[in-house]
Amino acid sequence: MQLAAVGYIPDRDLATALWLMASLKRPLLLEGEAGVGKTEVARALALAHDTKLIRLQCYEGLDQSAALYEWNYQRQLLAIKAREGTDASAVEEHIFSEAYLLERPLLAAIRQEKPPVLLIDEVDRADEEFEAFLLELLSDFQVSIPELGTITATSIPRVILTSNGTRELSDALRRRCLYHYVDYPDVDREARIILSRLPGIDTDLALQIANMVSLIRKEDLRKTPGVAETLDWAATLAGLEIRHLHDEPEAVHETLMCLIKTVEDTSRMTREVSDRLLGKVA
Amino acid sequence: MSVALATQNPLGAAARTQLNGFAQILRDNGFVVGLAETRDALMILSSKNAARASRLRASLKTLFCSRQSDWQKFDELFDAYWLSHGMKSATRISGAPQKSPTGLQTQAAGRRGFGESDQADHVERGEGSEVSETGQSKREGASRTELLSTTDFRHLSQPEDLAAAHDLAERLAKSMRARLTRRMHARRTGQRLDLRRTIHKSIAQGGTPLQLIQRKRKDKPLRLVVLLDASGSMNLYSAVFLRFMHGVLDSFREAEAFVFHTRLIHISPALKERNPQRAMERMSLLAQGTGGGTRIGASLASFNRWHAKRCIHSRTCVMIVSDGYDTGPAENLGVEMQALRRRCRRIAWLNPMIGWHGYAPEAAGMKAALPHIDLFAPAHNLESLKALEPYLARI
Repeated sequence: MQLAAVGYIPDRDLATALWLMASLKRPLLLEGEAGVGKTEVARALALAHDTKLIRLQCYEGLDQSAALYEWNYQRQLLAIKAREGTDASAVEEHIFSEAYLLERPLLAAIRQEKPPVLLIDEVDRADEEFEAFLLELLSDFQVSIPELGTITATSIPRVILTSNGTRELSDALRRRCLYHYVDYPDVDREARIILSRLPGIDTDLALQIANMVSLIRKEDLRKTPGVAETLDWAATLAGLEIRHLHDEPEAVHETLMCLIKTVEDTSRMTREVSDRLLGKVA
Repeated sequence: MSVALATQNPLGAAARTQLNGFAQILRDNGFVVGLAETRDALMILSSKNAARASRLRASLKTLFCSRQSDWQKFDELFDAYWLSHGMKSATRISGAPQKSPTGLQTQAAGRRGFGESDQADHVERGEGSEVSETGQSKREGASRTELLSTTDFRHLSQPEDLAAAHDLAERLAKSMRARLTRRMHARRTGQRLDLRRTIHKSIAQGGTPLQLIQRKRKDKPLRLVVLLDASGSMNLYSAVFLRFMHGVLDSFREAEAFVFHTRLIHISPALKERNPQRAMERMSLLAQGTGGGTRIGASLASFNRWHAKRCIHSRTCVMIVSDGYDTGPAENLGVEMQALRRRCRRIAWLNPMIGWHGYAPEAAGMKAALPHIDLFAPAHNLESLKALEPYLARI
């Protein structure tokens, strides 16, 4: 797998899932806690295939005009004014041509020469109606625009959907997709991620950081730190030129704010707790 | 990366039968596996790339799973089926949190008499035998339904009475929904200009937008999350409420249902199960724990920790149905109620005992929870449930 070459360290199962996605030409649904690197998978996949990443961020109330296409109304109005007096049906034909069509992510994704990676991010935030619409698009890869006709995909994009589980997705959508549950990386993998992102860092330190973070994740926290937080923390420690976590327990505790993001967690993660965890780090 | 998979299937019939068997096992365990998945699985099996067992497992896992609970169960099922022969028939994993079964048992338990509850509760149950004013008169004649609706649930001991109450609860939930929805429609007002439609309209008038078309924002439907106490002290009530919850899940567009006693169980998936056979199966698995003691605080804590993020949005009403007798520490309940209050729009606490004579919320748990409750209402008969409707409509 070429993912490692572009700085993403996948676990074996994920690599298999991506291989399967390519051979079965099915979308892949990634679920998992916030901050485990779901979005990063799509970015790395696009890099690995040297293709475009087209991202559709879902939100409540997302509709067709924001996701699929929209007419360029200002230009249409201008065109109507400019051609006043000419034949109405000719004007209509003109203003509903490609030149006045604004591509939104989904339409853009199926009109690329080279199959792009289409990332439909946080699909659980969109409404159920949108989910149904998405389902249709993902099975046919064609879009019908009433004024223009049907647009068929020039290339089938590699589709990755991510979900945070704020809403239960429909069974139909789940069935349409391959599924992979992304978990927090294990210590070894996280250390490799740190090393690949911060090449200057000491290997031992990276391992210690990964160890420490995995211990913190086991604590009863409101917001479990994700991989991005780990990288922040690693960068901070590297910036402070700390070589060994045990040398500077004080600095370790003070920089933990890179990982801890809520008031309750801060009060829970006292100096004693951080020292205790540090003690467990080999 | 791209491997051409053979559509022609070189696998023997034996392998295909085995795979079908595996798909069946998965279906039995609540996986959604259709023909398309099985066909794809055959393709995976016949491709060279999947020859290694570890890769095969990962491939099938990605293909067959469709949610986190599936993901957690899969490895065990896979091992049991493919790596040890003769275990096939016994393969069934229980107790995955998402698909957890529910409470037919509660209903069965509910039909036992009230006095049989064997719970170690610190509150004297003197009032238990006392009779509330309503519903003691004869139960016959034309106005039977009406009478039933004011009868304290405790006095409904005949199974057919209970069934009637169930139906009434269901109907009530449906009418509640109908009215709520009408309200939503009435509240709609245009906020933004719909350019797409306006211009479309204007073409007929030579491009002058004479008629403006507004865009109306859709109202977020009210989401109801019901937490039902299924402990011993709630024995008889919980049967009726379970039925009520069923009606709520059927008719509200967004609703979630939980049952708690010593732990919290998510029962929406089981209540939504359309296949009656499977629904029965799932429900019968709930058994453990109903009719025993209550740990409201701990149950709420696990709700806050594991389910709140998914279940609760800004227009969510959390409805707790419980008598407030908590065997855990009362402070605990207070803290969790406070946390819950911060997240949701309203908390309604329905307490069947309010309908009793001379009841005052004296249980320590109830006292701790009271400051965080928006509506503290009785729920000892169907009338009192009906009275909730205007309140819900206002949220």
